[in-house]
Amino acid sequence: MRSIRAAAVGAVTLSLALAASACGGGSSTGGGSNDAPKTLTYWASNQGTSIEVDKKVLQPELDKFEKQTGIKVKFEVVPWSDLLNRILTATTSGQGPDVLNIGNTWSASLQATGALLPWDAKNFGKIGGKDRFVDSALGSTGVTGQDPAAVPLYSMAYALYYNKNIFADAGIAKPPATWAELVADGKKIQAKGKNVLGAEGANVSENIHHVFVFAKQHGADFFTADGKADFANDGAVAAVKQYVDLMAKDKAIPKGNAEYAQNQSVSDFAKGNTAMLLWQSASANLKNQGMSEADYGIAPVPVQSGTPGAGAQANSMVAGINMAVFKNTHNLDGATKFVKFMTSDDEQKILNKAYSTIPPVKGAQSDPAFDTPANAVLKNTLATSAVALPQVAAESQFETTVGTAVKDLFADAAAGRTVTTEAVKAKLLKAQQQMPAK
Amino acid sequence: MTGTVRSDTAKVRSARGDFSPGAVRGPRRPGRIKRIGLPYLLLLPALLLELLVHLVPMVIGITMSFKELTQFYIRDWGTAPWSGIDNYRLSVDVNGPVGDALLHSFLVTVAFTLLSVGLCWAIGTTAAIYMQDTFRGRGLLRTVFLIPYALPVYAAVITWAFMFQHDNGLVNHVLHDQLHLTDQPSFWLIGDNSFYALLTVSVWKGWPFAFLIVMAGLQNIPHELYEAAALDGAGLWQQIRRITLPSLRPVNQVLVLVLFLWTFNDFNTPYVLFGKSAPEAADLISVHIYQSSFVTWNFGTGSAMSVLLLLFLLVVTGLYLLLTSRGRKTADA
Amino acid sequence: MPDTPTTPTALTARRPARSPMAPPRSFHWSRRVFLTLLTAFVLLPVYVMVSSSLKPLQDVSGKFRWLPSGLTIRPYIDIWSTIPLARYFTNSLIVAGAATAGSVVIAVFAAYAVSRYSFRGKRVFTVTVLSTQMFPGILFLLPLFLLYVNIGNTTGIALFGSRGGLILTYLTFTLPFSIWMLIGYFDSVPKDLDEAALVDGCGPLGALFRVVVPAAIPGIVAVAVYAFMTAWGEVLFASVMTNDTTRTLAVGLQGYSTLNDVYWNQIMAASLVVSVPVVAGFLLLQRYLVAGLTAGAVK
Repeated sequence: MRSIRAAAVGAVTLSLALAASACGGGSSTGGGSNDAPKTLTYWASNQGTSIEVDKKVLQPELDKFEKQTGIKVKFEVVPWSDLLNRILTATTSGQGPDVLNIGNTWSASLQATGALLPWDAKNFGKIGGKDRFVDSALGSTGVTGQDPAAVPLYSMAYALYYNKNIFADAGIAKPPATWAELVADGKKIQAKGKNVLGAEGANVSENIHHVFVFAKQHGADFFTADGKADFANDGAVAAVKQYVDLMAKDKAIPKGNAEYAQNQSVSDFAKGNTAMLLWQSASANLKNQGMSEADYGIAPVPVQSGTPGAGAQANSMVAGINMAVFKNTHNLDGATKFVKFMTSDDEQKILNKAYSTIPPVKGAQSDPAFDTPANAVLKNTLATSAVALPQVAAESQFETTVGTAVKDLFADAAAGRTVTTEAVKAKLLKAQQQMPAK
Repeated sequence: MTGTVRSDTAKVRSARGDFSPGAVRGPRRPGRIKRIGLPYLLLLPALLLELLVHLVPMVIGITMSFKELTQFYIRDWGTAPWSGIDNYRLSVDVNGPVGDALLHSFLVTVAFTLLSVGLCWAIGTTAAIYMQDTFRGRGLLRTVFLIPYALPVYAAVITWAFMFQHDNGLVNHVLHDQLHLTDQPSFWLIGDNSFYALLTVSVWKGWPFAFLIVMAGLQNIPHELYEAAALDGAGLWQQIRRITLPSLRPVNQVLVLVLFLWTFNDFNTPYVLFGKSAPEAADLISVHIYQSSFVTWNFGTGSAMSVLLLLFLLVVTGLYLLLTSRGRKTADA
Repeated sequence: MPDTPTTPTALTARRPARSPMAPPRSFHWSRRVFLTLLTAFVLLPVYVMVSSSLKPLQDVSGKFRWLPSGLTIRPYIDIWSTIPLARYFTNSLIVAGAATAGSVVIAVFAAYAVSRYSFRGKRVFTVTVLSTQMFPGILFLLPLFLLYVNIGNTTGIALFGSRGGLILTYLTFTLPFSIWMLIGYFDSVPKDLDEAALVDGCGPLGALFRVVVPAAIPGIVAVAVYAFMTAWGEVLFASVMTNDTTRTLAVGLQGYSTLNDVYWNQIMAASLVVSVPVVAGFLLLQRYLVAGLTAGAVK
């Protein structure tokens, strides 16, 4: 009995000591080391149509890497719903993977935590130099003027997917190049009893991607040049209103899409219920849902007038996945080698083909697989008319606040309320006030 | 809850006299120290776990609420600067957007909780009273009624989400297509109706617990009371009003409190139904705080909000116990 | 019925409290209406779950229909390969099982101490433990997570990301309610019984395990069912504290709806599969549950 009590007293003391030490801080702040040169852990984002598909794509490549270097990569495919939370907890605790994928729009936000290895000239040198990567992709790797927090891995761009049969049926000769044309074509499509344009009204990130490009087309931005939130300027208000009006006024987006957040709009398109869809790299997904490649065409996303290009003619965000290394990795050399391997020309070709994405590596882009009509559109958009989302530390909060505001506006539109300029402005102002003061 | 336990144990003790097995003489009578130590030893595992999982984290959480814990500092939160009561000031400033949103969410939660607890209690009690007598199929019905409570939250709520879809859901199919009650299909997962959607799911899931507890409580009502009332010529409704409901008072006291706390703090239901950003009309406080901390990466403000919530619950529970136990005493006397 | 001949409360629980006067007709009539509506309300989602799980994908991703256009058991086959359901299932079983066992044992000890002894700090203990019931989970999500990580760094005991951490968490979540219910139940077990056991030469623990525990089986079952269900369905902590290898069902099932398509028929099939063990267990044990609550919670 006495020994039990002694043990109990010890346990209490221990737990108090732990509690005290916990108050001292969450994680080790030290840099990387090479304590564990033979293993790596890797968090891959979910790129394929299912997690199991991703495993099948990645496993052979990782085996290849092990054969080349003797380093075993333990990997986990993290669903998108979990990824940011997992990265956040890993950052807080210092217990994370060595290498991980991040959505490229998060680069600046995660860079601000200081948890990711900066890619200075020396580190870039180890993977073949910065010049190997496409400029637009590098534009979404962290705050301008600082060393990138990540390296581009897969690139994507928005395109207009249209159903050829519905277009033929409605007597539309070519996909719309401007928003006015899209709305006009929409009337013809509706006359045939089909939905015009699919959207994910309750998906916060999708909303951001679209209103951001609309803002560019109105010559505006959501942040000032020195990185301050400026959500309610006239251009931004007009941009958000134009997007929501596609449902509220133009009736191009069906009301039901206001509650979509799980890619239901892709299913609708694949089933032939919707004539058009703005999506990034939907090919593999559409194929998986049984839509034949012959049934749909791919065109650049419409602009206000004229042809896509720089500035106000932008028609897509730079979408993509970046690869980052956790600063406190125990296998810094191995992690760098792994990034080098994954961004090598050969691997880039294999992986981007598997995911129907565009390689951000110049040397891999020359592969004929990326010159099919579909990929040519994406490649061209990335090269000429895609803009990176704001590279500011508060980007993640921007996605949440403004994305939610747009979601609420869609809900209003779906409920049959008219969406006025004042209402949009009020919502955006409220979103702006919720941003952190500093 | 605490009040009941205390008064009940007190009652038991005064009725039977306090008693400790260690004090009984027997062949293996434990020594004095062990006798004093034993209850503590029995409590030790529970105490340690409470300390580890509840109390120490709570202290850490309170500490965090006084820090500026944004994305710039989460990597090593010990070095995050102290921000005094800034987080609290931000949270309660109802003229600012953060405080305003918190207040809105708080009011939504209060309205939701009151309605949900009220409905759960009313349905559960009615069903329990109706099923007090035996009739054919009673056992089966009781089993059926417990299914919502037994189903894992995730499975139940995702099914409701499926039914509440705008285009393809059962609810709109029935209300609009079949019964023609609405001019056009309604939205349940976004906009103002989301409040009712959430309430429906919450009541569906919660009322069987009230049913279960009231059913158990009914069995503790002495049969003689009804007989005496019947002799006095009281009809069935009068019996329910004069005997059943007053006798259920102590049961209800506990039941309502437990339901209140569970509903108020419920995170699983809104999170599974609406995802990470709930519609304004159904922005329950637990999800609101989750969003304030995890989605916008401001853990200091999120912690301050949780501490305020905890204080509110402590005050409400304290007042509730004070009022209801006083009422009980007068009723008993 | 529970084997508790010694507890008077458990016996009264069996007797239907029937009112002696024949109820008026309006009572029967309103009862029929009320119970019918209630049954429909309760069973509607259950019907949707079962029927949708047997529908082909085009049925569930199109307009709702009461009857499937064709029956298929395909979803029940596919659920195992779309996500690693079997692994999540095993994790949930281990986590919920261990948390339940731990919670019951620890609650029995604590409740016995409170019920049978008077000691300094008893009131502080009960009040503190019970007040943790009102803590919003979100308040200690991040702190608990940090604490686990720190324990891991200091002692090498991996709590974060492991099933062990989750077990400890759930175990503690269910403790307050379990202890409180068992105190009520133990109080209803006559103390003369332990006295007799002590006279017979049992120690206090002998009295607990040979007399009090057997007499309190319904209460213990009720507590176990509650603990198991709580652990089986928890989402918030599981979503932050698990990784791919330790993920539990409540979080893992989200995998069906966050991919490129929403496989509603598979979601429904998987929901049914994961519900069956809990619901079956719950319904089998419901009589214990009612008896346990009668004596424990609502006295």
